[in-house]
Amino acid sequence: MDHLAFLTWVRGTGLDIALSLFVFGVLWRLIEIYGLGVKKDLSEPRAGEAASGWHTIWRRSFPQKEAMMKSPVTYAGGIIFHFGLAIVVLFFVPHILLIKDMFGFGWPGLPSQVIDLVTVVTMVAMILVLVDRLVKPVKRFLSTKADYITWVLTFMPLLTGWLAVQHLLLPYTLMLAIHILSVEILLIVLPFSKLFHAFTAFGSRWYNGEVNGHKGVAV
Amino acid sequence: MSATMEKGVRVLKEVIDSRIASYFSSCVHCGICADACLFYTETGDPKYTPIHKLEPLRRVYEQEYTLFGKLGKLIGWSKAVTDAELAEWQELVYNSCTLCGRCSVVCPVGNDIVYMVRKLREGMSASGNAPDGLKGAVTRTVTIGSPMGIKLPAVKAQIKHVEADYGLKVPLDMEGADYLVMLSSMEIINFPEYLGAIGKIMHSVGKTWTLSSEAFEATNAGMQIGNSDLARVIVTRIVDAAEKLKAKTVISPECGHAYTALRWEGANLIGRPFTFKVQHIIEVLGEFEAQGLLKTEGMETDKLTFHDPCQLARRGGVIKQQRVLMNKVAENFVEMPDAGFMNWCCGGGGGASAIEEGEELRLKAFAVKIRQFNAVKPDRLVTACANCRIVLEEGLEHYAMKLPVIGLTELVAEHLPEPK
Ligand code: SF4
Ligand code: SF4
Repeated sequence: MDHLAFLTWVRGTGLDIALSLFVFGVLWRLIEIYGLGVKKDLSEPRAGEAASGWHTIWRRSFPQKEAMMKSPVTYAGGIIFHFGLAIVVLFFVPHILLIKDMFGFGWPGLPSQVIDLVTVVTMVAMILVLVDRLVKPVKRFLSTKADYITWVLTFMPLLTGWLAVQHLLLPYTLMLAIHILSVEILLIVLPFSKLFHAFTAFGSRWYNGEVNGHKGVAV
Repeated sequence: MSATMEKGVRVLKEVIDSRIASYFSSCVHCGICADACLFYTETGDPKYTPIHKLEPLRRVYEQEYTLFGKLGKLIGWSKAVTDAELAEWQELVYNSCTLCGRCSVVCPVGNDIVYMVRKLREGMSASGNAPDGLKGAVTRTVTIGSPMGIKLPAVKAQIKHVEADYGLKVPLDMEGADYLVMLSSMEIINFPEYLGAIGKIMHSVGKTWTLSSEAFEATNAGMQIGNSDLARVIVTRIVDAAEKLKAKTVISPECGHAYTALRWEGANLIGRPFTFKVQHIIEVLGEFEAQGLLKTEGMETDKLTFHDPCQLARRGGVIKQQRVLMNKVAENFVEMPDAGFMNWCCGGGGGASAIEEGEELRLKAFAVKIRQFNAVKPDRLVTACANCRIVLEEGLEHYAMKLPVIGLTELVAEHLPEPK
């Protein structure tokens, strides 16, 4: 297969397969998890405190001071790479064009120099987080193969996208095709790995906030 | 697989709900929960990372409730949880977890880890993997009526003493009182002042109260060990007494887990809402104060600080009242770092203080308390949990730190004006 045929495939059939599996996977997992249900709490709630599921969804996006001091790399690296990923995915003009192509609507993007910078910063943050995982005893202890695999799967789209735009290492067409393929692999794996926290973290925060909000504690 | 093991796994399958599924699906192995747990911070051993304590539960979840987990089990990729593993996890699920809930409030993805530890204990206890110390406490509570084996005559003897010492009547089995007062064994044996303080306060604010001869013990070892059936037996005893005596409010004693068991788990254990209110004694005092009923005189002048029992503050939502009360009777009330919502556990909650094998670890973890105390150097330490109080005293002794520990209710009672 020549480069162009490869690119055409990942843009067409490949993307269709990946997106279908992604949507199926997400729905499957959401039902698998949230279909289990929860029991109603019969204890009398404590009235009128500013605690709730919504509160916790919001509050856990920001570190507490004590926790931040103890795990600065995890927090700083984590926050930077999550925001960085979102910016690159959502505000790189070619990505927006693709979305417009598929769904019929789009939004203004950011200048490519900005995206460039954000990509590099995001990759650096991810590398720092990985190093932290390798050197910090607790993180190394908790880490499984899946943690490293998902790191690679998340890193690849960033790296290949950046290399493609910079015209480095491989011919542009081939690099672009690899980039798209790496995104497709990520999409397929996401629902069935810890990456699914992209969805469930909101459910978890909600539940935690709800259970404790019932007691009048804003967690 | 042994029969008890089978039962344990069945129980674990039953306790898994959407919350637990969501929590396990969200964990990113960031390790932030470790820094919130005193057993990790004071030992530096990664095995005490809160989420790791749940490994058996996670495996059961994965193998029973996820597509790939089921497949993995089918083709033999993932092995079922074994009896030996559960036995190994006993130390992690009981000795090194006080259900303090600090981990649950820091996890960035929002996992309520302590909720899961409580559920895992159901399976541990069903499979016979709970520590002996707790097993004994549960048996004594169910058969005798209290975890320390205290019977009614002991309570009656104390009533007599208190009546003689304080010159007031301690009502027993009085119908229609405003408050049904519960005790914890520790108060009956070690801190009789508590009962006297209650009598004085109730008299001073003009409320009626009573003890019950059928239910005087509020400590719930059934909840601590993770056996809901036994926890229900213990709660039912209190519910029956409260309903028989037509009490409007049941006061949970200065014991954190008794409060959680009755206030938050109670109705769920018996499967219907209570017909009465449940309040911790500190909440009641806070209410008296807010209503202007609580009159005190004089102030403590030495430097006092307050240790928040986890189940009262972070896990119970009573955080402000104790501070209002402290400031009412103490001129020089200082706060330790992390006091209030994020206070560090004494290390003996969740039944941990009843586990002999856990003592060494408990004392080691107590170093965090010593750091907190050293930061403010108080003359005396006030708290509102008889269990905390004993654990604190043991810890202080171990570290050769001279710091008297007192109960807040008694402190408040000491400042009541002399009855005319
Ligand atoms: S803090 Fe939360 S996400 Fe991080 S390791 Fe602990 S449970 Fe998992
Ligand atoms: S509840 Fe407290 S003791 Fe238990 S794991 Fe969490 S932080 Fe540690």
